Amino acid sequence: MNTKESTAGKTVRIVFLTLWLIFTVFPLYWITITSFKPPGAIFAFPLSYWPEEFSLDNYAGLFDKAEFGTYLVNSLIVATVAGVLATAISMLSAYVLARFEFRSKGALLMAALVTQMIPAFIALGPLYLLMTDLRLVDNRFGLVLVYVAVCIPFCTVMLRGFFENIPDTLEEAAMIDGCSRFGALFRVLLPVMRPGIIAAFIFNFVNCWNELFLSVTLMNSDDNKTVPTALNGFISSFNIDWGSMSAAAVLTILPTMVLFAFASRHIVQGLTAGAVKG
Amino acid sequence: MRAGTELSEHPPVRRPSRKGRKEAARPARRQDGGRRKREFTARRGAMIAGFMSPAVIFVAVFTYYPMVAGSQMAFRHWDLADLTDTSFAGLANFKEIFDDPLWGTVLSNTALWVVASIVPQLVIGFALALWLRRRFRFRGLYQALIFFPWAISGFLIGVLFRWMFNSEFGVVNDLLMKARLIDEPVAWLADPHTAMVVIIVANIWYGVTFFAIMILAALQSVPDEVYEAAALDGAGKARTLFQITIPYIRTMLALTVLLRIIWIFNFPDIIFGTTGGGPNNETHIVTTWMIHITQQGDYGKASALGLLVVAGLLLFSVFYLTATREKGAKS
Repeated sequence: MNTKESTAGKTVRIVFLTLWLIFTVFPLYWITITSFKPPGAIFAFPLSYWPEEFSLDNYAGLFDKAEFGTYLVNSLIVATVAGVLATAISMLSAYVLARFEFRSKGALLMAALVTQMIPAFIALGPLYLLMTDLRLVDNRFGLVLVYVAVCIPFCTVMLRGFFENIPDTLEEAAMIDGCSRFGALFRVLLPVMRPGIIAAFIFNFVNCWNELFLSVTLMNSDDNKTVPTALNGFISSFNIDWGSMSAAAVLTILPTMVLFAFASRHIVQGLTAGAVKG
Repeated sequence: MRAGTELSEHPPVRRPSRKGRKEAARPARRQDGGRRKREFTARRGAMIAGFMSPAVIFVAVFTYYPMVAGSQMAFRHWDLADLTDTSFAGLANFKEIFDDPLWGTVLSNTALWVVASIVPQLVIGFALALWLRRRFRFRGLYQALIFFPWAISGFLIGVLFRWMFNSEFGVVNDLLMKARLIDEPVAWLADPHTAMVVIIVANIWYGVTFFAIMILAALQSVPDEVYEAAALDGAGKARTLFQITIPYIRTMLALTVLLRIIWIFNFPDIIFGTTGGGPNNETHIVTTWMIHITQQGDYGKASALGLLVVAGLLLFSVFYLTATREKGAKS
């Protein structure tokens, strides 16, 4: 778009974009500011928009009183392992769905869509019983398995879009040059697919990092809890300790924001590659 | 334990297929066409099965099996308060839902939640996409910043907004009073009407980015020549938008809206973190009500409600896709 823009149009655009930016960033600013206020100052009038003194009391309290460090490590392990596994498995299925025609293909894609429509809560009871049978309740590996299953459908659709954007001729050329299909997949396609794979992994990681209801159901000991489960614990008590809550929120949001900032372009490509093709 | 055996069968399913592919590859080069073709087909089938099976097994065991098992609970008495009787209940659980005094509130809340969230998300997202199409300084940074809500869990977004709309120490009341829009603090989350406003604002905050990204990508697929032709024909901005841009990206727009409607419908997280369905159960949507019923231990009724959600969304998707497709065929 290189058309000329009128001054009025430009003003409207700048005002709108600025307002939206403020609206988007302000909640994050506010929770961060709250987390650095000394405990008394959070509940003091008038509200201060920039604390006179920055205090780390709320953060220190998190690691003293609650085992927040353990929760962070648990979340990190579970989200990383599940993210990697789900991405690897989805790559295989996405590749086949993008490159081959076969009878059950439509049904498989439909089955992936249906998983997006199922309210998680319908499956929670039976899932808990299944995991009890497998002796995987309150077990980080068990949570990983469940998360992998949750991530696969959307991740497959997303990666399929990426594969479809890569011309067949690329692998055909490699296969004529003597590569097996596996060789073509790993040596030729994967390097080209890297943005898509990064996007898919980050997407999976963030989804697992943020997941609440499954982890609340399956993890009950303090040693195995993930961060969202702990946050939910802060809420369940009648009086929310907003100091700890805000510090915990900042620590939870920070890693995913860093990842997104680092790879937002890849994620945008990933989301749109999967969905624009529909 | 059925699922357990399925899981343990997983390696044997894959291993022979991989070996089979290697063996089939060698003689195929030398032999005549018929056999080569047959072997090629077998190899291809083995490859499809081998590549698909990990994904299929995971989703079957940990998603579909619990869902099917959960669905049949909908037709049984299944209450944690009394597990001695888990007999077949027919449609009793469904009847209980329709007879529940909350059902009407829940339905209208769900409709409000979906419509009032998706319309502003679509409109603001579209505007952002149109404006972001133009290059300007710091556009990359701007995009990264407005992308942040997407990194945060719905539950935490609920918590953020709960804190900002706190009646005593909330920043929203403070700002509104400074702007002289209100005279005294509003207890936002204590009144179901204002509480609905809060959760919908939170959802708009979260969801606009998705539309902006998807629409921006779709806009980039419109070739420049189309705009140039429109400009030559003297089409104004509004006309270009409604007669060129929107029709061009219509299919993708329709699919994005459908996906979002399904997600928003199934998105109890924000409400769970903000009002938890309160005050007095008056801000429940279908899925938060389902959580509420589960927490009371009535799994049968909760499952019945879940089935209604799936059925409703499936029906809606079919109607929606048919409607948008027909419109496309006409134009």
